[in-house]
Amino acid sequence: MDIYQENILDHHRNPRNWKLLDPYDFHASDENPLCGDTLEITLRVDENDRVVAVGWDGHGCAISQAAASMLGEEIIGKTLDEIKQLDKDVVLDLIGIPLSVSRVKCALLSLKVLKSAVYNLESQQ
Amino acid sequence: MYDVARIRQDFPILSQPHPSGKPLVFLDSAASSQKPSVVIDAMTNYYRTQHANVHRGIYALSEAATHAYEAARDKVKSFINAEQREEIIFTSNTTGSINLIVQTWGRQNLENGNVVVLTAMEHHANIVPWQILAAEKGFQIKYIPVTSDYLLDLEVFERILSEGNVKAVSVGHVSNVLGTINPVEHIIERAHAFGAIAIVDGAQSVPHLPVDVQALDVDFYAFSGHKMCGPTGIGILYGKRHLLEAMPPWQGGGDMIARVTLEGATWNDLPYKFEAGTPAIAEAIGLGAAVDYLQGIGMEAIHQHEAELGVYARERLAEVEGVQCYNPAPPYASGVATFTLEGVHPHDLAQILDYEGVAVRAGHHCAMPLHREVLCIHASVRASFYLYSTREEVDTLIACLQVARQRFL
Repeated sequence: MDIYQENILDHHRNPRNWKLLDPYDFHASDENPLCGDTLEITLRVDENDRVVAVGWDGHGCAISQAAASMLGEEIIGKTLDEIKQLDKDVVLDLIGIPLSVSRVKCALLSLKVLKSAVYNLESQQ
Repeated sequence: MYDVARIRQDFPILSQPHPSGKPLVFLDSAASSQKPSVVIDAMTNYYRTQHANVHRGIYALSEAATHAYEAARDKVKSFINAEQREEIIFTSNTTGSINLIVQTWGRQNLENGNVVVLTAMEHHANIVPWQILAAEKGFQIKYIPVTSDYLLDLEVFERILSEGNVKAVSVGHVSNVLGTINPVEHIIERAHAFGAIAIVDGAQSVPHLPVDVQALDVDFYAFSGHKMCGPTGIGILYGKRHLLEAMPPWQGGGDMIARVTLEGATWNDLPYKFEAGTPAIAEAIGLGAAVDYLQGIGMEAIHQHEAELGVYARERLAEVEGVQCYNPAPPYASGVATFTLEGVHPHDLAQILDYEGVAVRAGHHCAMPLHREVLCIHASVRASFYLYSTREEVDTLIACLQVARQRFL
């Protein structure tokens, strides 16, 4: 099945929240060394640890970038604890079509960066 | 007359349909070539009728296996025009061959203050083994840079040599990314003039060009079976005999010894000193069949066919808006077209091409320093041609690129 469905191409062409926040409460960046895809995330949370704003930056294939865009929309309004509970199925459901093993890594880079950000903040506190 | 249609009939996989139902357009031979029936049959026949361990048995089957295994060594010796069969060591692949050189010759001869010269266009296999030993021994690695026309900067090479302490120069004969055919004859001659040994990574040259190790006067030459119509799991290290004789063994075990006592051991003669354990017998036999097959067609004819396809592919790629190619001009170019398409990441492009039955490589092709520090990109798409590739396949590639571009814009 063709993975370049219209929703993925739409998020790839017009990624949502594609600007790093300044100031921010959380930050992380990572890359997939196999393909060179990079992602950076910034998060702002309210007094209840609920995400109020997301800012992404990075470059890479349509899958990694569209997944980040979709995931960013998904987490606004969620608490940090809720984000820690997210597993890979959340991202794969957002993508909505089966991915080959090599492309699953592309899709999950966003989740990895998001989790790093959330856990890093906690260790700073 | 080069009859590509006839050649394609020798490769069963090429007539097998792609999962998409479209014809397979295989443009990734630089990663690993397809195999002709004669190679597959030679290996199957060996397993069906000749298999036993080599160099041990006193019985007929073992002698037949030993004979077939050693015949493959003689074929490789003739193919690259080595002087002696003792100079042909069977390894696992090019990577195995280079690691053998580094861990034996390198470990014995390199120390703090020495310099090893590599190039910025090397495959990781000709960088990382040196870095591992350098971290232990403290010698320095210097790199010949790549010019804006995708060639080695020989002026800088000369400067590095004249700075002194160069003990070894190790370069790829043909770049696996750029397709650049490097002037290894000149590089070897200059290395020798400064008292250094010369090592050549021939993974991308032996499958595609006539190679004569004596004419090159190269000290070590490494290549793989699987990129030259042979099986995976077998590689070759050519080394000048006097160097191989002076080197310590790498891996210890059966076959590489002359005599073992509880206190120590003495080493077998060449080439067996470097072939510990049961070797890849079927793979050597398959490699021998591949050598026969390639020689039957002729390396000069194969090279010319691929070079023409490379020129044609780069001409056609230039017609596609947003394409940038990363290959030198003839006569340094080979049958490789490496490019990016603006607005479409190489992985997405490779995926879309796969839907059309076209297999290309996307990524850094095991040359991260070349991509990041020379080309200043993270990844590229590589279409690589071999003796069975056709102009029609290039046309299919170009048509698919146009489709991909329209979808992503």
